[in-house]
Amino acid sequence: MSLSVRLQHDLPDLKLDLSFDAPSGVTVLFGRSGSGKTTVVNAVAGLLRPKAGRVAVDGWELFDTEKNHWLPPHRRRLGYIFQEGRLFPHLTVQQNLSYGRWFAPKRARRENPSKVIEMLGIGHLLDRRPAVLSGGEKQRVAIGRALLASPRLILADEPLAALDDARKAEILPYFERLRDEVSVPILYVTHSAAEVARLATSVVALQDGKAVRHGPASEVMADPSVAPAGVRAVGAVLKVRVQQHHSDGLTELDAGGARLFLPRIPHQVGEELRIRIPAQEVILSSKRPEGLSALNMLEGSVDTIRAGDGPGAIVSVQTPAGPVLARVTRRSVEALGLEPGKPCFAVIKTVALAPQDVGGRLTAP
Amino acid sequence: MGWLGPAELEALKLSLRVSFWATLVTLPFGIFVAYALARWRFPGRQLLNGLVHLPLILPPVVTGYLLLLTFGIQGPLGWLLAEFGIVVAFRWTGAALAAGIMAFPLMVRAIRLSIEAVDPKLEQAGATLGASRPFVFATVTLPMILPGVIAGAILAFAKAMGEFGATITFVSNIPGQTQTLPSAVYAFLQVPGGEGAATRLVVVSIIIAMGALLLSEYVGRRAAARVSGS
Repeated sequence: MSLSVRLQHDLPDLKLDLSFDAPSGVTVLFGRSGSGKTTVVNAVAGLLRPKAGRVAVDGWELFDTEKNHWLPPHRRRLGYIFQEGRLFPHLTVQQNLSYGRWFAPKRARRENPSKVIEMLGIGHLLDRRPAVLSGGEKQRVAIGRALLASPRLILADEPLAALDDARKAEILPYFERLRDEVSVPILYVTHSAAEVARLATSVVALQDGKAVRHGPASEVMADPSVAPAGVRAVGAVLKVRVQQHHSDGLTELDAGGARLFLPRIPHQVGEELRIRIPAQEVILSSKRPEGLSALNMLEGSVDTIRAGDGPGAIVSVQTPAGPVLARVTRRSVEALGLEPGKPCFAVIKTVALAPQDVGGRLTAP
Repeated sequence: MGWLGPAELEALKLSLRVSFWATLVTLPFGIFVAYALARWRFPGRQLLNGLVHLPLILPPVVTGYLLLLTFGIQGPLGWLLAEFGIVVAFRWTGAALAAGIMAFPLMVRAIRLSIEAVDPKLEQAGATLGASRPFVFATVTLPMILPGVIAGAILAFAKAMGEFGATITFVSNIPGQTQTLPSAVYAFLQVPGGEGAATRLVVVSIIIAMGALLLSEYVGRRAAARVSGS
């Protein structure tokens, strides 16, 4: 499965002109609000008719303005998960779930309703109406409704943006399961770096209607040019394995042979995870530091130094755990004499690794 | 209804029949026009809006006269209908036509308000889930506007029951044919000693009007509660 998008469209305050090809898995459209993310998704869904372009899912054309080809939304076989859920208020949860399934061609009905209901944990809600559901429950039902339409492509437009942090933490794992257990490509819109780190197979960074960067999450999120989406967004994504839970409330992780400590996380020993390390939480040292309270220290060598317009610079350090990014001042770069190839230590404060930056499992333990 | 005389009973039955058919036949058109006015942008939209509201603001006698010119035996549409064996002039069907046209603006207004209250985003959601436009209308829009449709229909029925000016101008006041309840009240008041019959029909009118109002409130509340999911 692959998704191919080429779009040109003029909005009152935005000129959209972009193209990208996404592999299977989760493709995240990442950018500030107003960068054109929702416009792209709505054009893919057929809710908005762009000036020019072409969108194809696995070679199947949804539209091509050059050929004057345009499939109406209801024939595109999509599962669109909206920010506000958009459940039908006059139908029960069960009827909402069956809605898309009823319109799907019989031979295309892949998903087993009872399996999906169990996966989303909504079995006890089936007879209720959307008005009495909590925000998190509504969004789980919305995911189920989209999935049971047996779509060829799932679209999700900031599905967590309307939820508080606790509800976000409740819903994110379901998207991870969707990615890992369902073989449908997902186009996911967000402006949250944490969601990108946890979900993305590949990332398309949008800025003012242009795709400024496109590639695997670890590369795109490490690029200072996506910083306009927020300096906080810059950070490395590391693959780790849960090693041990310690009695003092810490969890020990193995990152390519190096040890990392986190405040206790719920994952089982042996599980593989990805964690995001925000660049602004990393300190660099040219010598092995002593007498520091920080537990996490990765030895490596400087790979690249990218200075921006301001006083800051993003230093990429090659470590056994993978590339780690640090946001330091240019003055520090000079003071430490940092240059490509120079050995150095990256120090990460343990409590800086927030739970929302810890992703679900990549593989079964 | 033993206390009603045969002529009074006949007027009541005729009025109920006229109003029932006037409401039933205009309802699909009312929903369609309300939907078009609420959701579509097309040239002539304001003109359509004006035409629909015309019976509300014109003197009913004028509307009746225009109907007579159009649907009378000599009128262009009356002649066409007569070719198919349908005569409306001076028949109860003509009374139903007049009542339907007079009630149409009220019906459209009520339904249009309820359509404008439906979030188009829900209809979009239906489309992305594979429902074509007619299916989206049948499964999302229509169930959600049901309270408005019911309210509009009852309002139109009550208006049709009370229609007088256009009816008497268009189809006259023929007992058993076109003498509806208001026409009968008018006729009884024209003859000496008719006050008793007129009063009885006035009481019946009030009961029907109040009943319709209460029914529409009740049904509307039930339907609204069902639709909002509480």
